[in-house]
Amino acid sequence: MEIIPAEIQPPARSIAGASGNRIRLASERVTNGGDGADLVIAFNEQVLLSRVRANELNQDCIILLEDKWRTDQDADIAAAYATVCDELTASGYRLHEVPMEEECLKLVPDPRRGKNMFALGMLCSIYSMDLELAREQVRFTFRKKDEKITLRNIELLEAGWNWAKANLDIKFTIPASRPREPQIVVNGNTALALGVVASGMEVCAMYPITPATSASHYLSEIFEKVGCVVHQAEDEIAACAFAVGASYAGKCALTITSGPGLSLKQEVIGLAVMSEIPLVVIDVQRGGPSTGQPTKVEQGDLFAAMFGGHGDAPKIVMAASTIEDCFYSVITARKIAETFNMVVVVLTDASLATAQQPFPRPHFSEQWLAPPVDQSAIASGARPYDWDPKTGLATRFIPGQPNGMHCLTGLAHDRDSHVAYDPDINQEGIRHRGLKLAAFQKTLKAPALFGGEEGDLLLVGWGSTKGAIEEAVTRLREEGQAVSAMHFKFLQPMASGIEDVLHRFKKVMTIENNWCDQFDDGLIDGENRRYTALAMLLRSRFLVDVDCWGEVRGQPIKPGTIATVARDAMNGMR
Amino acid sequence: MSAPLTECLLRTIDEHYSLQDYQSDISPRWCTGCGDNGILTAVQRLCRDEQLPPEKTVFVSGIGCSSRLPHYMNAYGFHGLHGRALPVAEGIKMRRPDLHVFVSTGDGDCCSIGAAHWIHAIRYNMNMTVLLHDNQVYGLTKKQASPTSPRGLKSNTTPSGTWLDPINPLTTSLGVANVSFIAQAVDWIPELLYDIIEQAYRHKGFSLVRILQRCPEFLPTLFDPWVRNPASTRLLVHEDGIQLSAALSKTYRNQEVHDPGNIHRAREVSSLTEEIPVGILYRDDDVPCYEDLREGERPNTPGLVRTVLDEEFDKFTIWPEEQPTDAAN
Ligand SMILES: Cc1ncc(C[n+]2csc(CCOP(=O)(O)OP(=O)(O)O)c2C)c(N)n1
Ligand code: SF4
Repeated sequence: MEIIPAEIQPPARSIAGASGNRIRLASERVTNGGDGADLVIAFNEQVLLSRVRANELNQDCIILLEDKWRTDQDADIAAAYATVCDELTASGYRLHEVPMEEECLKLVPDPRRGKNMFALGMLCSIYSMDLELAREQVRFTFRKKDEKITLRNIELLEAGWNWAKANLDIKFTIPASRPREPQIVVNGNTALALGVVASGMEVCAMYPITPATSASHYLSEIFEKVGCVVHQAEDEIAACAFAVGASYAGKCALTITSGPGLSLKQEVIGLAVMSEIPLVVIDVQRGGPSTGQPTKVEQGDLFAAMFGGHGDAPKIVMAASTIEDCFYSVITARKIAETFNMVVVVLTDASLATAQQPFPRPHFSEQWLAPPVDQSAIASGARPYDWDPKTGLATRFIPGQPNGMHCLTGLAHDRDSHVAYDPDINQEGIRHRGLKLAAFQKTLKAPALFGGEEGDLLLVGWGSTKGAIEEAVTRLREEGQAVSAMHFKFLQPMASGIEDVLHRFKKVMTIENNWCDQFDDGLIDGENRRYTALAMLLRSRFLVDVDCWGEVRGQPIKPGTIATVARDAMNGMR
Repeated sequence: MSAPLTECLLRTIDEHYSLQDYQSDISPRWCTGCGDNGILTAVQRLCRDEQLPPEKTVFVSGIGCSSRLPHYMNAYGFHGLHGRALPVAEGIKMRRPDLHVFVSTGDGDCCSIGAAHWIHAIRYNMNMTVLLHDNQVYGLTKKQASPTSPRGLKSNTTPSGTWLDPINPLTTSLGVANVSFIAQAVDWIPELLYDIIEQAYRHKGFSLVRILQRCPEFLPTLFDPWVRNPASTRLLVHEDGIQLSAALSKTYRNQEVHDPGNIHRAREVSSLTEEIPVGILYRDDDVPCYEDLREGERPNTPGLVRTVLDEEFDKFTIWPEEQPTDAAN
């Protein structure tokens, strides 16, 4: 997982400027970022402080810290360094000061451009990795560069390895389990872009916004190879309208964005709902409202995705819960959009966007792709909105189809797409557009339970928190607690059978990365408490007293935190 | 030999579209005397004369009185959102070069709420014909000032008159990179209105025709000085622009030979305030169209998708132990 500061070049040695990577290693499949760090490498003590303050380090965490600051010419810097080191040691962390730059200087003139390899070498030694494999990776990474550069990097890698071997008495062995089938390792945004190609969509219209942009960067790299287009529009409204135009002209298109962009697109999304144009909207959620926390994770857009625009505008909302899911969700979304002529919103978030996780290499299927644009003649007498009374479905007429001429409109309209002046017709239209949601809902199965089929506590989640929630459940069940988890892929509509599940547990609680009021705030009571988004939905739909827990710290929720929350909740029950 | 020939002839006759073939079953609901009626007539004539297959023709619009035009055409129509006609039209055109795309937009629609799209649409230069129905007022919402209203215009939101000078859609458009066709017409000279729209249609690229359009409902006398006094209309004539019939030439004596290739003169003429220039202000046939620049080298086929996906997956794949990749280097 990446730690990304808000600025491109944050001031050096600033607490807020921490950037880095979190790596979780295990012999079995890793489903989430885990709890606190056991080992951290930091290039200065100030960025480290931000991680300490965010409670990101375990109590006895090993710290490998660049030591050049101790003798810095600037007395303030040297003093700050010394103070922090003392604090860290006093707090129980196992601090090792490492002359990283000094060692690198022996090999390169500018150690700032090489000490990452030195650090990698140290890690390889500490975690008993095969150095030859690391060398190979370095060769692969620099394969397009000059041979000298590769050699220099390998030297730095070996230097780190040797230094750690000679000076550190830290050793872990985490045996690798080789995959039995090929795995691909990508982040969620790359997976989304691959999913777009695999879905058969031909147009992606977007406007740059963090943390969605990197998906469009990668898509821009590969989309033209399959004859398709990433269009960077003048703003999000134009991007969404462009996608709607392309979709209307024959093939479902997509637009990809994050919170502020989703807000801007709402009017156009409403138009697509009203005129029944298929459209895929991907929202890589970040902290909100307003500009919020652009590089940080939050699950704050669920209601915006469902109810964001004005009027009654039923659309399908689904959430990807893993990186693999990012890939397949796009394919599914395109299919649903074109089958039901609906808008499908796919929610991912900043943590899925930048985290990497291996998953089985997909086997391409032509079924994933959209059929060619239908240009056959429309039967005479057929009407553009001939809503099926049972399912609400109508056939889409595509420009170029003889006899299909009609004027699509965002105004309330009748079956001929004529502007409706009759009071019954608005009811008719809204009824049928809503029915499509029910028709789609009939195809859904209730999400499988993780843990047991019944018990004391059910934890419910959606999106990127899946791995952490399930890991918490595993730990709690090992302690003998009757805890299970249910995770939603489709949030609108929700599958049948969920109410039944809710009733099989003494307590139901959602775990979400969005806000809910806390009772320890004096003003908050049962009458005014605001619940997290999914909790609010479950309460209103199923009339079950669903509780919730949420945080908006801009960090992925940790399994340990969830386990604590669950234990507290069960203690409260007793 | 003869049978196929008759068949062929029959088919041509069959496929000949008449004016009625472009008229929808809804009759226009604009006010009597509204300039939009004349614009609709000109467009229907153009479709007939160019024999555009109705199913291959798309009329896109925003919201406003003028944006009702697609409802009155027998063609595909897209009556979308206030201000957003242009990006919708771009999306339509992007992957469907076979479609003839027209846009009808009002002065509020284009120059106010949709202003960003207007500027960028000129720059994209996608092949479409855009009719800016400029009545210098908001019609549909009942008489509010528009960004093209003359300074001092009294309206429901400016009871003591507007404070600002209007945006000049012509000079503004002529200042945008990649501008390729800008013309001005007036609804009260139907002959030239038709001519100019026809040239706009025939131009490959983004052709913008600003049409001064009367709104008798809210500003019944706004254009009177020009309608009543032909000398205040300056006709821009040129062998690459419009040519005048003898009758017109007699009535409209204020003429200037203007080469549509001359952007500097186009800007000067567009800036006239006392007189209304009518004709082709600017045309450049060499500006590339965005949809052509972005056309894929290879068509999107299942086989290609499979190949590219596999190539990409290869970059990210960890193979199981028995795979030879580890041993190879
Ligand atoms: C987002 C949004 N804002 C406001 C409106 C209300 N509205 C409809 S048409 C219009 C202006 C119409 O003026 P113009 O574009 O000049 O067209 P005209 O009616 O004069 O042809 C406005 C403000 C709307 N439909 N949508
Ligand atoms: S209000 Fe004006 S612009 Fe609208 S239809 Fe009437 S005359 Fe035409």
